[in-house]
Amino acid sequence: MKSTTQLLEVKNLKAFIPTTKGEIKPVNDVSFTIRKGEIMALVGESGSGKSVTSLSIMGLNASAIQYKTESSILLNGQDLLKLKEKEMRKIRGNDIAMIFQDPMFSLNPVHQIGKQIVESIILHKKIKYKEAEKIALDLLNKVGIPDAQRRLRNYPHQMSGGMRQRIMIAMALACNPQLLIADEPTTALDVTIQAQILNILKNLQHEFGISILLITHDLGVVAEIADRVLVMYCGEIVEEGTVKEVFKNPRHPYTKGLMDSVPELTGPRIDELETIPGVVPNPLELPSGCNFVTRCSFATEKCRQLAPVHVKYSTGNSVSCWNPLVKEGVSLNYATTSSVS
Amino acid sequence: MFLKFLLRRILYVIPMLLITTLIVYSFILLIPGDPALTLLGENATPEKIAQLRQQLGLDQSIISQYFDWLINALKGDLGRSVFTGQYVHEAVIERLAVTFQLVVVAMIISIFGGMFFAITSTFFPNSWIDYVSRFFGTLGTALPNFWLAMLLILFFSLHLGWVPATGFTSITENPFEFFKGILLPAISLGAVGTAQITRHLRSSLMEVMSADYVRTAYSKGVNRWQAILKHGIQNAMLPVVTTIGILFGHLLGATVVIETVFAIPGIGQLAVNSVLQHDFTMLQGVVLIMIVMVILINFITDIVYALLDPRIEY
Repeated sequence: MKSTTQLLEVKNLKAFIPTTKGEIKPVNDVSFTIRKGEIMALVGESGSGKSVTSLSIMGLNASAIQYKTESSILLNGQDLLKLKEKEMRKIRGNDIAMIFQDPMFSLNPVHQIGKQIVESIILHKKIKYKEAEKIALDLLNKVGIPDAQRRLRNYPHQMSGGMRQRIMIAMALACNPQLLIADEPTTALDVTIQAQILNILKNLQHEFGISILLITHDLGVVAEIADRVLVMYCGEIVEEGTVKEVFKNPRHPYTKGLMDSVPELTGPRIDELETIPGVVPNPLELPSGCNFVTRCSFATEKCRQLAPVHVKYSTGNSVSCWNPLVKEGVSLNYATTSSVS
Repeated sequence: MFLKFLLRRILYVIPMLLITTLIVYSFILLIPGDPALTLLGENATPEKIAQLRQQLGLDQSIISQYFDWLINALKGDLGRSVFTGQYVHEAVIERLAVTFQLVVVAMIISIFGGMFFAITSTFFPNSWIDYVSRFFGTLGTALPNFWLAMLLILFFSLHLGWVPATGFTSITENPFEFFKGILLPAISLGAVGTAQITRHLRSSLMEVMSADYVRTAYSKGVNRWQAILKHGIQNAMLPVVTTIGILFGHLLGATVVIETVFAIPGIGQLAVNSVLQHDFTMLQGVVLIMIVMVILINFITDIVYALLDPRIEY
């Protein structure tokens, strides 16, 4: 099921917005790869650059956002950033599909859902409406919509939030995409529905070998279904690795902070949750060294002056930190020290 | 379901008709000047005036006059013009046919003009075409229609001689002459409508285009035209339908001025003449028909709204 071939390779992605006060860099030199059939989670706070990264892949960022020339996003070796809008439209919905955070607003309220699914099929395939409708029916069954035939004629307001998110998934699957970008797909749903939607996503990976880029701030979701995880802070990737490894041994103080701020169901009851002190810095006034330095309890003078190098461990994980955390009993084992950033 | 909705809407119309006609009826009789005096001339004797007033029922109270009129109106009898003796319902229907053609052309200009400017504005935001349409959007609202009418006549009729300055030919008589004659009055009448619909639809469309479901459409691979025309416009039209409904009543009222400027024998001109001649029976008929038209349009607006938006329950 899982192969090691790369599907998507994001290299040195630098997205910036020129302003009169200087450049804002929502994504600053981000590189990662997604393999075929893998679920990659992208985690971070609001404003960390998750959404800009994913919309860069879709080519749907606001026109104010520009890219530095060294940036590239390779899908099967083809650089999406170099494509013309017309060529990119053939990829959107066809090779890469996306589902969004709030299913209450993501579907067109005045069109029947059947019509909306059919639209994404006939945009990319030269088939008749009737045939496309059959495919739409299959898709609805696939994502577990009961009484699918009747549902085709329904309008979004006649369905619940969970149902609508299933419709969104069905719509995204319309052309068998290789990559599905799911931008906080469960945030707006209640917990039981969340689990159902996550199950559907997991099944897609198993059955169709679809790669999924899962954007979330919910570490529970990450632990549940992702294979690997990227942690973003201030437009940079601060930690990357397999979910197992990162959860067992978070090395970046920020990752650790995120995990500590999740309440635990077991163990003694605590009065106050851990928080990460301070706020995300103003993107126009980023600190000179490490971006996290203003909020990090392990910060040293070096952190204040020099941007950290990206350190790779033998486990395959990597971290951008001068003082990576070490769990007791686990030795610091540098495999390679690449010097990105 | 739909039938019940229709029935409920029709029942709702009845009290509205009663109240509006009563108000208008009272106001018409309060217009200074005595119709009897106008009819008989300066040299009439007081006896003759009193006699005529009795004949016309003017010596009774407004309320009883109103109910007399109402009962007759329900029987389909709107009376005769006190001035020409013509049957009011005949005159009104004949004039309405003319005004209807004018208002429909003006509405078409408003709706299609408004949609054209709003859509191109949205497709090319902050381009010269956007600025031009916004400029005309403001200008069209600010410009008095009679003044625009006079400018149009000056330029297109008197200077260029392309179209006649006054007069009207019915579409059933000669479509080409109809078109030539109706162009200037319909533009003068429709300018405000075009401006209003442009402004309203543009802002509505701009808002809709940043909605989540439009982003979803883009993520499916639609281009901007498809996004605007397939996903944007129907949603953006919802609030604008109300504007269009109100606009119809507005244009109907504005025919009073425009028909006078262009000497078009429509209901607006009839209204003006009836006021000047103190022809109160005719005026009552005119106002009644205008009220009925406006109520009818509101009714149609509600139905269109329900058709455009599946979320509306009947």
